[in-house]
Amino acid sequence: MLPCFVRRAVFSFNPRYSHAKNVFPNIRHLVTSVDPSSGLTEEQQQIYKTALDFAHLEMRPHMAEWDEKHHWDLVLFTAREDYGGTGLSRLDASITFEALSQGCVSTTAYISIHNMCAWMIDKFGREDLRKTWIPQLASMEKLASYCLTEPGAGSDAGSLNTTAKKSGNDLILNGSKAFISGGGDTDVYLIMCRTGEPGPKGISCVLVEKGTPGLSFGKKEKKIGWNSQPTRAVILEDCRVPISNIIGKEGQGFSIAMKGLNGGRVNIASCSLGAAQASLEISADHLKVRKQFGKPLADFQHSQFQMARMATKLVASRMMIRNAATALEESHPNDVTLCSMAKLYATEACFEIVNTALQLHGGYGYLKDYAVQQYLRDIRVHLILEGTNEVMQMVIAKDILKSK
Amino acid sequence: MSLRILVGVKRVIDYAVKIRVKPDKSGVITEGVKHSMNPFDEIAIEEAVRMKEKKIAKEIVAFSCGPAQCQETLRTALAMGADRGIHVEVAGPQFDTLQPLHISKMLAQLAKDEQIDLIIVGKQAIDDDCNQTAQMTAALLDWPQATSASKIEAKDGSLQVVREIDGGLETIKVKLPTVVSADLRLNEPRYATLPNIMKAKKKPIKKLTPKDLGVDVSPRIEVVTVEEPPVRLAGAKVENVDMMVEKLKALGHA
Repeated sequence: MLPCFVRRAVFSFNPRYSHAKNVFPNIRHLVTSVDPSSGLTEEQQQIYKTALDFAHLEMRPHMAEWDEKHHWDLVLFTAREDYGGTGLSRLDASITFEALSQGCVSTTAYISIHNMCAWMIDKFGREDLRKTWIPQLASMEKLASYCLTEPGAGSDAGSLNTTAKKSGNDLILNGSKAFISGGGDTDVYLIMCRTGEPGPKGISCVLVEKGTPGLSFGKKEKKIGWNSQPTRAVILEDCRVPISNIIGKEGQGFSIAMKGLNGGRVNIASCSLGAAQASLEISADHLKVRKQFGKPLADFQHSQFQMARMATKLVASRMMIRNAATALEESHPNDVTLCSMAKLYATEACFEIVNTALQLHGGYGYLKDYAVQQYLRDIRVHLILEGTNEVMQMVIAKDILKSK
Repeated sequence: MSLRILVGVKRVIDYAVKIRVKPDKSGVITEGVKHSMNPFDEIAIEEAVRMKEKKIAKEIVAFSCGPAQCQETLRTALAMGADRGIHVEVAGPQFDTLQPLHISKMLAQLAKDEQIDLIIVGKQAIDDDCNQTAQMTAALLDWPQATSASKIEAKDGSLQVVREIDGGLETIKVKLPTVVSADLRLNEPRYATLPNIMKAKKKPIKKLTPKDLGVDVSPRIEVVTVEEPPVRLAGAKVENVDMMVEKLKALGHA
């Protein structure tokens, strides 16, 4: 209805923007609420609804099975249009992930990583790389993995050790990458590796295809959640690729990786949000049906207060996430901080929501027949990956305390 | 063939929502309740889109009658592949007493105004379960009808339609122009793709009133009371088959 408003009204802690709401008289159209469609344009509501229908009909029924089998049903997604090829905004992507994650957090989270890799190639890659890869990645015929973390370089990613040495027109990569989502099963690996000096400025982003000699994988990791997608170490031993496989400029890799992560943080937070929304709805149904001491649980003030707190945290999370997505879209001066805040707040608040939902289910909540425990296991890792929530606090504090 | 197809799409309470009756028994609660396109109408749209993809049809017009929110339903139809929409706005008490006959009259008039060759509607809406619109539209236009279709094939100026009837399938041939109603097994509707959702925004929706179509929708009936179906009562256990038969006989079931 008012797409320009949604794009422009970014509220941040920066006082310059805090009165923005007075500038836009029709602000009520932007109101975010417990209803995920509230505040969205007509088009976005349609996107949300379609994604939610897909999540309910095609993903939710298989969610437990994918968790158990430790494998997603990839065929499912090959026919689907991806965001990279659709020109959707950051907010559009966020609401899509929010909807899809209600069907399966783990699978949706992997799609968000794939999407981030496609975005990095699309945004920074040379024309020939874009031409080769974007159509295949956008249709999800080929899948991508993001490779930054190393066994010895986690939060301190700028200190990474994987090297890429020049040899004629080639680069020779050596080192290993840890916790790589999709590792071993995906087709394209975006490897952050050192092509120059120590520190972040000596890092480049290099595209390595599966099947390149010297590229191998570690064992499939066993995890608490995120089971529908494999996680493996990616090992590079004298792995030779053309220099033209560098995404962006030499030495730009760390910056590209961080830019990718900004969107990644909003998307991962959106996945937590979807899980929290679904858990809230499941709990409301459960409380109305389950009876103890002669009345439905919904009639107990304790349950009511718990639901009230869950719903309040949910709306707060949604506001922060959508605000951050809009900030990123608009290249707002505080976009990095706002994305970090959204990830920090929403992943924690949504984990608390789902945890409370599990408690409200009592013993049933602990059973694998009920979806709540899987949402809990799947979103726990969102407090750790895409930059731990501790790193989020470092980023936020650095911005607040910097000399003006 | 290059048909112009008119498809009726109704906005109904979503199939997954638990229906609740208003405390004053004047109707069911619709406020704040999720609404969607009637599932049978989704099948109707899908069939029209497939016919267009097979070059049997050249244009698909989606029609919906009801409050302003019907435009969302029309957008869904447009995102699935309809070319343009027509919204006949009816709200408030008039909408509450709207009957299939009113919709049929509108469809019939639109069919004339828009030079329509084929009307496809869902066989029934999941809210009132009337299953009347297709039949009455055909009667008003004096067109043949093929209801409860589970397969449609275009054959030299006519349609061969497989109908789901009690106890089996019936294949009939109808001359165009005609009215078809879609049954559950006709097809499986697609998910609108994201680019098509974006494109749907730019497709036109014409707004009309019942008066524009010469249809009088003033209420002729009054809803006296709406009640929930009786709650299923607890059963009783019987010792053996004989006792069960005896019980059933006593209750008049056998």
